Amino acid sequence: MPEEKKLFKVTIDNITVEVEPGTTILNAARKIGGEVAPPAMCYYSKLQGSGGKCRTCLVEVAAGSTADPRPMPKLVASCRTNVMDGMVVKNITSEKVLDARAGVVEFLLINHPLDCPICDQAGECHLQDLSYEHGKEGTRYDFKRRTFEKHTLGPYIQLHMTRCILCYRCVFTADQLTEKRVHGVLDRGDHAEIATYIEKSLDNDFIGNVIDVCPVGALTDKTFRFKNRVWFTKPVDAHRNCSKCCGRTQLWLRGDEVLRVTARKDEWGEIQNTPEGKTGWICNECRFEKKHLSDWTIEGPSLINRHSVIAQGHYVGVQKPREVFSKLMHGQKPKLLMDIHTVSEVNKPNIDLSALPGPATSEVFDSKE
Amino acid sequence: MSKKLLLEKAHVEGIRTYDVYRREGGYRSVEKALKTMSPDQITEEVKKSGLRGRGGAGFPTGLKWSFLAKPAGVPRYLVCNSDESEPGTFKDRYLMEFIPHLLVEGLIVSSFALGSNRTFIYIRGEYAWIVDILEQAIEEAKANGWLGKNILGSGFDCEIYVQRGAGAYICGEETALIESLEGKRGNPRIKPPFPAVKGVWDSPTVVNNVETIAAVVPIINIGAEEYLKIGVGKSTGTKLISACGNINKPGVYEIDMTISVEEFIYSDEYCGGIPNGKKLKACIPGGSSVPILPTNLLLKTAKGETRYMNYESLSDGGFATGSMMGSGGFIVFDEDQCVVRHTLTLARFYRHESCGQCSPCREGTGWMEKILKNIEYGKGKMSDIDLLWDIQRKIEGNTICPLGDAAAWPVAAAIRHFRDEFEWHVNNPDECQKRNYGLAHYADPRPLAVPA
Repeated sequence: MPEEKKLFKVTIDNITVEVEPGTTILNAARKIGGEVAPPAMCYYSKLQGSGGKCRTCLVEVAAGSTADPRPMPKLVASCRTNVMDGMVVKNITSEKVLDARAGVVEFLLINHPLDCPICDQAGECHLQDLSYEHGKEGTRYDFKRRTFEKHTLGPYIQLHMTRCILCYRCVFTADQLTEKRVHGVLDRGDHAEIATYIEKSLDNDFIGNVIDVCPVGALTDKTFRFKNRVWFTKPVDAHRNCSKCCGRTQLWLRGDEVLRVTARKDEWGEIQNTPEGKTGWICNECRFEKKHLSDWTIEGPSLINRHSVIAQGHYVGVQKPREVFSKLMHGQKPKLLMDIHTVSEVNKPNIDLSALPGPATSEVFDSKE
Repeated sequence: MSKKLLLEKAHVEGIRTYDVYRREGGYRSVEKALKTMSPDQITEEVKKSGLRGRGGAGFPTGLKWSFLAKPAGVPRYLVCNSDESEPGTFKDRYLMEFIPHLLVEGLIVSSFALGSNRTFIYIRGEYAWIVDILEQAIEEAKANGWLGKNILGSGFDCEIYVQRGAGAYICGEETALIESLEGKRGNPRIKPPFPAVKGVWDSPTVVNNVETIAAVVPIINIGAEEYLKIGVGKSTGTKLISACGNINKPGVYEIDMTISVEEFIYSDEYCGGIPNGKKLKACIPGGSSVPILPTNLLLKTAKGETRYMNYESLSDGGFATGSMMGSGGFIVFDEDQCVVRHTLTLARFYRHESCGQCSPCREGTGWMEKILKNIEYGKGKMSDIDLLWDIQRKIEGNTICPLGDAAAWPVAAAIRHFRDEFEWHVNNPDECQKRNYGLAHYADPRPLAVPA
């Protein structure tokens, strides 16, 4: 009988999980889910060597392990720090983390053009989510924002360098998916940019995947550009027999028009695995060339997180996100300050507002009794 | 006259050549180490000597060596960090330029202790002429049997290679240096794994500063016991200080860490005082990254004790009232210098040298530079000073490598100790373009805290 693997117990925000040795704090937190999972802009579990750069996933380690319970002196990048047995991690329960994270969000946004109204990524942009969830209102930055000269990357992929947060994901993708990477990071510091050295188009069969891994609108699909807002399109899962890739995709439909084809994403915005356990990267042909319903076998509507703006179209298959707060607060429920039914003198306590078919009007309170 | 260990022979005519260096007692430590000592004994000796890394962080060298993983069948590497780019620091240049054989000698002994058969000197790109000096020294050492196969019949093989960087400050950070040495973009790696486990080409690696390696030679020659006697407390041996700024005699000085800061600045043996009868306003005692100190905190600690030129005394009081030994880049400011302008200069440097890998440093350094520029040119607001403080606070400790900290500390210290000068710049936008704030009260004796 094979020896049973020893699991590490790690406590993140008062919730304990057991994970295999070698798991990162981020992945352990993702097992718990909900707000406990730190945001990640540069880490991509499917890309080796990614992570550690954006610093949004910083967490506080209050106790290193059972053997050595000293706290770590600095906040650590949870995506690149492995758990130890008996580790105690504070994410959203740590003031320090929230403060540092708000700082990182501010840094990421000071040179971001904030052109969401004309950006194709809007609605599925991780930077939007990040700033909404972890940022502060307003900006303290009153200088001219950084801009870049435009680079052309060929017929399929549009690069908007001003929106880039230099997560390096597209560089890792090209390194690990294609034989020869032709784009990379040029220059350094705040003028570092993603580009090809000499204007050159990216023409590898799998290079389209850089669009899927890009957390912001820096790399977008030219065949979908300015066609529609993502929240007006309807995502369905589909597949086709493809000789190059797994052929499992998501079609973004408007009526029966296929506006866009992407790989299928999981709840963390990363490309899903195929049933065989491989990452479901798709080829350029599936992504850019097959824009007819007849090319595809439709499996059904995609599962969309209820928090996503795409869910506002009331598609079937909306998923309720995991609630972790009561667990995190040791079973305590949020305290209600007052019950409007018992306190209000205007409303009639016997009328259950949530049971009304429409909005409450004065008529509701007048007519009965 | 304090004892000299490294620069004792620096002014002997022709010391740069092998023959003179050997005649003056060079390569004795190699003979002693390879013939009479085992690698572990050398490591133990260095550990006992209390030698601390001379590159800036001051980590005990012997301890660092003992962390080196030694898996069988995997090569180990020693890399000499000669990417000396910290503003105000030029001690390694002096050492390599005038007594290159001392470095080569130290490298052979250290390589033997660590089991490194291929040792690299990663030298800053701007030190182009020193590459030739070093390569000639290595050539001479090889011709005389100190390098190559089976050195002195000990069975130990060693080659030293010189690799030029392309002139990036960040490549002085040990993991960025390793990346650059491997031929990649000089981005710092995320630690762990540390270089002692996975360094150059994923093999265990030790990265040491030039002066640290050179200091191994006297330790082996005179023994750890004797070396310990020089210096004070945990600051053992001698330290090279590169003094610059408003002093009469800028240059590289070897000190034994027992003299006071005041003596170092004003004595004729060292800096020789401030020129033109000006008064001392401030000083950065350890290279541009460490906190700047006003005169009253530089010469005396917050407790009213004399501040000495050693690791402990300079960092007495933490960052609130102290500074750091750093790399020994001693920058002196007289009463005519403007702290705001100086802070802007440093902020510009760190903005330019940030590798751009992690967001707080990439975006924060540029932001700080822009705000400081506004303040310096009379366009600042009072809230900018607090904003600067907040930005540096959010960079410090949240980055991959220490460059973020190095960019944040000078700004923090300048605001901490010279806030009134910043405020004067904001309140007098016209006047600050014409004259400096001057000495103000930065040299006044500080009131001592009286216990209640």
